[in-house]
Parts: sequence; structure tokens; C-alpha cells
Amino acid sequence: MNFRRSRYRNTTTTDEGNPKKDKRPDWEKPIGPALGRGAPLVPVDSAGSRALMAVIAIMTFLAALCAGGAQIVASNSSEWRAAVSREVTIQVRPAPQRDIDADVQIATNLAAQYPGIKKAQAFTKEESERLLEPWLGTGLDFNDLPIPRLIVLELAGGAPPDFTNLRQQLQEQIPGTTLDDHALWMSRLSTMANTVIGVGIMLVVLVLGAVGLAVAFATRGTMAGNREVVEVLHLVGANDDFIAREFQRRFFKMSLKGSAMGAVAAIVMVLCFSLLSSIWRASATGEQLEALFGSFDFGWQGILAIIIVALIVSGITAVVSRATVRHFLTASN
Amino acid sequence: MVPPAVQFENVGIRYGMGPEVLRDLSFSIPPNSFQFLTGPSGAGKTTLLRLILLSIKPTRGLISVFGKDVSRISNDELTDVRRKMGVVFQEFRLLDHLTTYENVSLPLRVQGKDEASYRNEVVELLHWVGLGDRMHVLPPVLSGGEKQRAAIARALIVRPAMLLADEPTGNVDPSLARRLLRLFVELNRQGTSIVIATHDLGLMDLVDARRLVLGDGYLHIDG
Repeated sequence: MNFRRSRYRNTTTTDEGNPKKDKRPDWEKPIGPALGRGAPLVPVDSAGSRALMAVIAIMTFLAALCAGGAQIVASNSSEWRAAVSREVTIQVRPAPQRDIDADVQIATNLAAQYPGIKKAQAFTKEESERLLEPWLGTGLDFNDLPIPRLIVLELAGGAPPDFTNLRQQLQEQIPGTTLDDHALWMSRLSTMANTVIGVGIMLVVLVLGAVGLAVAFATRGTMAGNREVVEVLHLVGANDDFIAREFQRRFFKMSLKGSAMGAVAAIVMVLCFSLLSSIWRASATGEQLEALFGSFDFGWQGILAIIIVALIVSGITAVVSRATVRHFLTASN
Repeated sequence: MVPPAVQFENVGIRYGMGPEVLRDLSFSIPPNSFQFLTGPSGAGKTTLLRLILLSIKPTRGLISVFGKDVSRISNDELTDVRRKMGVVFQEFRLLDHLTTYENVSLPLRVQGKDEASYRNEVVELLHWVGLGDRMHVLPPVLSGGEKQRAAIARALIVRPAMLLADEPTGNVDPSLARRLLRLFVELNRQGTSIVIATHDLGLMDLVDARRLVLGDGYLHIDG
């Protein structure tokens, strides 16, 4: 039915001759572009929404810190492993009736010419003694102590050298010499780092799971509270998918805000830690901590990890809310 | 042959373990027909409208709407059927968080139509039902009569193939009631099947139409 031509209309006259006064009926005057506010069809319960947004923000914050921590450990352990795997150490122990300097020279020459080894650098006696100073203190006479001498081998790229053969040759020429390729230490380090990374990832997964459950319960609560709205939407011709999309849109927007807040808080926190760590790094304690645990180098990968976590949280919210609504509607049909 | 808009065969409905509130209903609503549904309060007029609207299911019998057997109807078909119907609820059922304009345009919005495509039409209809200056107002601010007119506008905006109206003139003055009735008649002339539930004898006397009379759970047809 065309209401513009309806016989129930009162008037259709216009006064085009008078530009100052538009005497056209209201419904013939130009209509503003924004009559619809794009208001959500599902009413927003502000208290419940704020609570859920706060939960999402906190969860995102925790998940982002776990992910960022795991990323720092992964990055540092990767650096440690790369540094350690590039170096191998030969330890020459002093022995009676042997000239340790000659032994060191023989071992250095042997190693330097060995295939796969780029460089062999022997620590001098003074350098070896200096390595012990942090434990034994300064001013001691080390001449009476049988201090072993170290030779650091820098490996060339590509396949690792045949350490078994090198070790055997060294043993033959200089008895009591050991070759440490750090395999045991690296294995333990890798295990520790992988465990920490695994725990971090598991915590992230648990937190994301908790987000999913919180959103599912919130969606069910919202559905139950808006049963009348859902019924009206159905009766005016909305299908389940449309209603699910409406709920999904609402929860996704809310989740984006919450996860953005959590992510920003996490980024601010790690930047503060970075700043503090750079200040501490100048002190002796900071150096030792850095030597033990690696640097607090968050970098762009860490920021990216936090942003990805926030997006995943929003994505989970969207998917869970939609699935919950579909399940609810199917069950109620 | 065009199937009836609505076909009931031996339909009965009970709530829970109670007695049947409607029994052995067998009737059809032909396309392009006009009928009043009447009976005393509590006779089951609203229940019958809800059965036609497929918002409740019968406990026995067969209902088909626009040729679809409702016991086998899929969700998509159910949506299609509802989009062919306009409904005016006795209690209006406007969404309180949406403005009058948004409530009236709701059936078009849920169909995914662009607002620009229906804005003029909605505004025009709102002016016609006398809500031109109330289109930005939320329903709690509207009077009973205004809510009723908004509910009627919402039902008409989709140009339905069938209009179900539950006491559509209960809260408006006699003059507007007659205007609305003329609108329903005009809609009927243009091909819409009309079912108006009312117990207003004066209103029914204005139109020579079939009367479906409910009493004691049974239905009989006058005219």
C-alpha cells in the first residue's frame, strides 16, 4: 500500500511560490539522514556490561602478561642457546712433569686447524685467574693453585664438527684435557626454558578458557533477561542467525573495549618494567640478574603477542556469544 | 489453486495438564479475506492468534499457514511465514529501548534492508497514524493510544499478506478507531487477509465481514 497516495491523506498541496515558508506537510519535507541511531536491538544492561568488560580487561591483562613472559623467556633462551651453541670450550688441566703453556699451545693449534672450527682463543694465565676472582677474591697468589686453562673455540657455520674425534685427539696428545660442547647444559637449559614457555602458554589457554566461560554465562543471562525482546524479534521476522549476530555484535564491541583496556595496561606495565630494568642494569646487582635470567628485552614481538592475545580474547567472545545464542534459540525452539 | 492463508483441522490446545482451552477448531482463512475474531474475554482469542502466528504449538490437530504444515516447518520457512504476517499485539510489545521510528522500522531492519530504502516510507506512515512528532520518543513516554498506533504501524510497514490484530482499537478514540478500520479495509482490498480480534460490537457492525466466534473453547462461524 502506498501511503503517499492513500485516500486517508489529509492534503497534498505545496506552496512552491513562497520560498520563505515551506507549507508542505511534514511528511513531504526533506527527511534528516539519521533517524535510526543504529541502536542495538538487544538492550544494553550497563551494570552487567561493565562487570563483564572489567572481567575481560582483567583476563586479557593476565593472559597478555603470561604471553609476554613466555615470549621473553623464549627470546632469551633462544639467545642463550645460539650463543652457547656457537662456542665450545677445551679445558687443559695442569699435570706434573708437563708444561701447561705448551699443552695449551698444542691444543689451540690442533683445534684451530680442525675442520668446522673458525677460531681458537686460549685464555692466558692472567685471564684464567681473573675468572676466579669473583669467587676467591683479589690479592691471592694463584701460583700455588692448579688452575686449569681454558681455550674457547668459535665454531664456523654449517654442520657441527666431529667433537668425538677432536676429543679423542686431544686426549691422545694431552692427557687430562677435556672438551665441553655444553650439550648437557644446553639440554637442561632448553628443558627449563621450554617448561617455562609451556606453563606460560598453558596459563594463557586457561585464561582464555575462563573468558569463554564468563562470556557464555553472561550471554545466557542476557538472553534470559531479554526473552521478550527475542520473542518480538522472532515475531517481526528475525531469524535465529540475525538475533545471534545482534548479540555477537554487542558482546564483540564490549569485548574489544575490555581487551583493549587490558592490553594497554599490560603494555604499560611491561614498559615500566623495561624502564626499571634498564635503570637496574647499570648496577652490579642488575648485571648479575641479567647474567642469570637474561635481559628484560620485551621488543616488538612482546607488544605483538599482547595485541594478538587481546584480539583472540575479542574473537573468543564473538564466537562464544554467537554459539551460545544459537544453542539457546535452538533449545527454546 | 491458491491454498488458504490459514487452515486449521481439529486443532486443540491445552496448557500443561489443564483442560483444553481450544477444542476441535476447524476453519480456514482464505486469501484476501476479512474476518473478525470475537468472543468474551478469556475465550481464547489471543491463543488462537498465537497459534496462527506460530508462536505456540497445538497439542493436537493440523495447522497450515500459507500452505506450509507447521508441524514440519523448518526455521527458515518459519521466518518466511512470519515475514508475510503483520501482527498487532494487545499489549503492543514495543521495544522500550528503541524510538517509535526504530520500532516501526524494526520488521524491515531485521530483514537486513538499508535504512535509506525505507526511511521515507516509515516517516510517512508515522505521520499518517499521527505519530509524526513522536518518532524520536521512546515507548515509555507514549500514551496507550500512541503505543497502539505505533504497534499498528509496525505491523503495516511490511505490507503483510496477512494482518493479525489483537484488539487494535482498544486504546484509541472512536474517530481514530474508524480511521484504522478503514485502513484495514483498504489493506484488505489490496490483497491482505485481515483477522481482527475484538469484542467491540460497534466496530464489527461497521464492516460486513465474517465473524469467527469463540465460546467455551469451540469456534463457530457467522457469515
